[in-house]
Amino acid sequence: MSEPVALKLTAKDFKSDQEVRWCPGCGDYAILAAIQQFMPELNIPRERTVFVSGIGCSSRFPYYMNTYGLHSIHGRAPAIATGLSVSRPDLSVWVVTGDGDALSIGGNHLIHALRRNVNLKILLFNNRIYGLTKGQYSPTSEVGKITKSTPAGSADAPFNPLSLALGAEASFVGRTIDSDRKHLQSVLRAAAEHEGSAFVEIYQNCNIFNDGAFDQLKDPSTRDDYLIRLEHGQPITFGADGRFCVVHPPGGFGLEVRETSSVRPEEIVVHDATVTDPAYAFALSRLPGLDLRNTPIGVFRSVDRPSYDSVVQEQLATAKAKVTETPEQQLAGLLGSGDTWTIL
Amino acid sequence: MTKQIRQLDRVVIRFAGDSGDGMQLTGDRFTSETAQLGNDISTLPNFPAEIRAPAGTLPGVSSFQVHFADYDILTPGDAPNVLVAMNPAALKANLADLPRGADIIVNTDEFTKRNLAKVGYQGSPLDDDSLAGYVVHPVALTSMTIGALAEHPVSKKDAERSKNMFALGLLSWMYSRPYESTLRFLERKFAARPELVAANVAAFKAGWNFGETTENFAVRYEVKPAKMKPGTYRNITGNAALSLGLVAAGVRSGLPVFLGAYPITPASDILHELSKHKRFGVLTMQAEDEIAAVGAALGASYGGSLGVTTTSGPGVALKSETISLAVALELPLVIVDVQRAGPSTGMPTKTEQADLNMALYGRHGEAPVAVIAPRSPSDCFFAALEAARIALTYRTPVILLSDNYVANGSEPWLLPDVESLPDLRVDFATEPNGEDGTTFLPYLRDPETLARPWAIPGTAGLEHRIGGLEKADKTGDISYDPANHDFMVRTRAARIETIPVPDIEVEDPDGDARVLVLGWGSTYGPIGAACRGVRQRGLSIAQAHLRHMAPMPANLGEVLRSYDRVVIPEMNLGQLAHVIRARYLVDAISYNQVRGLPFTAAELETTLEEVLKNV
Repeated sequence: MSEPVALKLTAKDFKSDQEVRWCPGCGDYAILAAIQQFMPELNIPRERTVFVSGIGCSSRFPYYMNTYGLHSIHGRAPAIATGLSVSRPDLSVWVVTGDGDALSIGGNHLIHALRRNVNLKILLFNNRIYGLTKGQYSPTSEVGKITKSTPAGSADAPFNPLSLALGAEASFVGRTIDSDRKHLQSVLRAAAEHEGSAFVEIYQNCNIFNDGAFDQLKDPSTRDDYLIRLEHGQPITFGADGRFCVVHPPGGFGLEVRETSSVRPEEIVVHDATVTDPAYAFALSRLPGLDLRNTPIGVFRSVDRPSYDSVVQEQLATAKAKVTETPEQQLAGLLGSGDTWTIL
Repeated sequence: MTKQIRQLDRVVIRFAGDSGDGMQLTGDRFTSETAQLGNDISTLPNFPAEIRAPAGTLPGVSSFQVHFADYDILTPGDAPNVLVAMNPAALKANLADLPRGADIIVNTDEFTKRNLAKVGYQGSPLDDDSLAGYVVHPVALTSMTIGALAEHPVSKKDAERSKNMFALGLLSWMYSRPYESTLRFLERKFAARPELVAANVAAFKAGWNFGETTENFAVRYEVKPAKMKPGTYRNITGNAALSLGLVAAGVRSGLPVFLGAYPITPASDILHELSKHKRFGVLTMQAEDEIAAVGAALGASYGGSLGVTTTSGPGVALKSETISLAVALELPLVIVDVQRAGPSTGMPTKTEQADLNMALYGRHGEAPVAVIAPRSPSDCFFAALEAARIALTYRTPVILLSDNYVANGSEPWLLPDVESLPDLRVDFATEPNGEDGTTFLPYLRDPETLARPWAIPGTAGLEHRIGGLEKADKTGDISYDPANHDFMVRTRAARIETIPVPDIEVEDPDGDARVLVLGWGSTYGPIGAACRGVRQRGLSIAQAHLRHMAPMPANLGEVLRSYDRVVIPEMNLGQLAHVIRARYLVDAISYNQVRGLPFTAAELETTLEEVLKNV
């Protein structure tokens, strides 16, 4: 194979001519800008990149990318993208979705895309609210959330999107934040390099209906003590001067946060995203409290597993490899197979 | 012992037994033998939805009816001349369909006190005079099969299971069928277990020899080959023909076929069949649900495949939203609805034509699609090609309305010459189409077909965004402009309405008919047979059959208005009649039946004669 030609694309090449119509101050702007800036790095021609979305604020995303784009229907983007990706392995297919789109109406398609390991990069913009329908609680809203549809507070428990994805056999799971462009791009980079489904939750601020939902993770006075920045191969410590750490307490099932000074250095968990057992990444996904304390961001899990696309394409290639006839000859043979008889 | 040989022009045989007795296979083999002989054939399987309903009960009865003749026939026959009843339940469930004088071959071994009680027989009907009007042939099928296999190294259970081959051997003898294809079939089927090949062949031969030697069967019958067009034939079911039609559409379009499907009776066989044809580039995906199945198919179409989804009525309901998206995106999509009796789960293995309204109208917004209905098992092949042609040429969803009757029924099929099949090649957009030479306008239409360009991802310079939001004419940009929406809605309607479809043809051999029977889909056979019957009585009647349900043939209104009365028989409560009345202001007579079974020719004949009397 020859060396890929450097396409020398820039962020501007990925901006479409459409006027961006999110509310001023929406976290989506930051994500859009970060992605437009990041895409040239992949060195994939614009025509081979496709953004597929469902319905919701985030799902307007494809209109603003100067690539191929399909704005579909509520919840169905993973299904539609699956058909596209598996039949066109030459394409780079991205799914942009939201907490309502992916986890409520489209929950089934999301989990099945992940279990199949379809070669999709799934970006879930999680703002913990329904924005486009003007402010109802979502499947990631906290219990007791007071919204237009829950004046007495929501009664249902939320999903933890990463726990759900891991339970659905996701081979790549990550989390990042709309306002941290550098980190966002680093997670997207890892996702893009991953063969198979890559699931990335992006905490995104809806300044109209759920403003400040992730402020603790952004405010300079709190964020260092709240955020756990996962680095593959590094001991998991966080907070000022690394004063907190993550340990695996003996006899327990999961992971816990401790004062670093209270444990021996070898007790601190060294992050390994390639651990085969999803229990580790699952334990990481359970660390945050209701107040967002101990929220890990970064790549939780990245394991090798054949993608659905590659297995299906291999089956097709194997079947085609045996063919020596033209399609018409093959068809004539197929039509005349089985018990036939001839009338003269 | 020399047997008398009697010539017949036609025979209807019904094989009936428990779901586990292998009646579908027996009927299928008898059909294949009969096809080899050159008779015209039509078949009707009838089985319960339960895989193994409680043994020996009425709900567990499975049957297969085959009609064969020395002339061209149109239906699997109203009433069997011969019933093969493998147990008391099979006798009881089918007796009412038999005309007096019919032959009944019963497996006496199963007429035990317990089995009789299961179906509510006080005593054995073989011992009283309740079967006096029939010619009963008592045969100890099970014990004779076990006896014939005494020397074979098979278990008693396997020996007993071969009794269907004994029955097949007996019937094959009785109707002088060539059996080589059955022997070949058994060798293929049990290739991994040679002892079962030997046992089944021995059971078959024991049945044949029993016919030849016993006095129980004094007469042997012959049905001469039918006069059929020269060529090579095979017997085919509608589901198999439809699958092959989709493969052919892939070959003739040069596009990969993508099937997204979720298992559902009676459509699953299409998924099974297409999954075998990967060498043609056919990609099948068993999706997580009906919605994903159509979504994946649409995604594949967006990428340049011929996207197909196959299902039955409940599945179409779930796919409705995605079909509307396909209407808005203006991409090719074939949706196959193998109709079954509804609503809801209804009767999954029984036939009905009650999804016409859903196919025509069952979407939100003004979302017109093309609708095609095959008239017979072999027509499913050509209907699939036609659906693909319309979908690819006009970039639209097309609903193919098959039903359980044509899907599982079979008939001889004159194999078409592959080169004679329609050329379905399409041109993807490759260049900007704007006047400035650089802009791409995804909704700039072909003035003739009103189709928009199909620019697939991977095409440099044509990057564009489409979606479910209303689009501005030509540019495809999001638009809330009132005039634009009005224009786009009307254009999408015109796009379907102006698809050229063949004129409807009228069959009126006498040329002076005043009554027209209009049908659609799988009722073609029974209506045709009824019309023949009416004409044989010296009356005139005209028959026309719709294949394109949307758009309808341009000459339909004129045809309808040229008759004094129009009769529309349907296996629903008058869905086509409703459309005809609304569109053409014709006061059609609607004749309806929703019993999960096809019309009998006899009942239609009676109905038509009543109408003729009153003209």
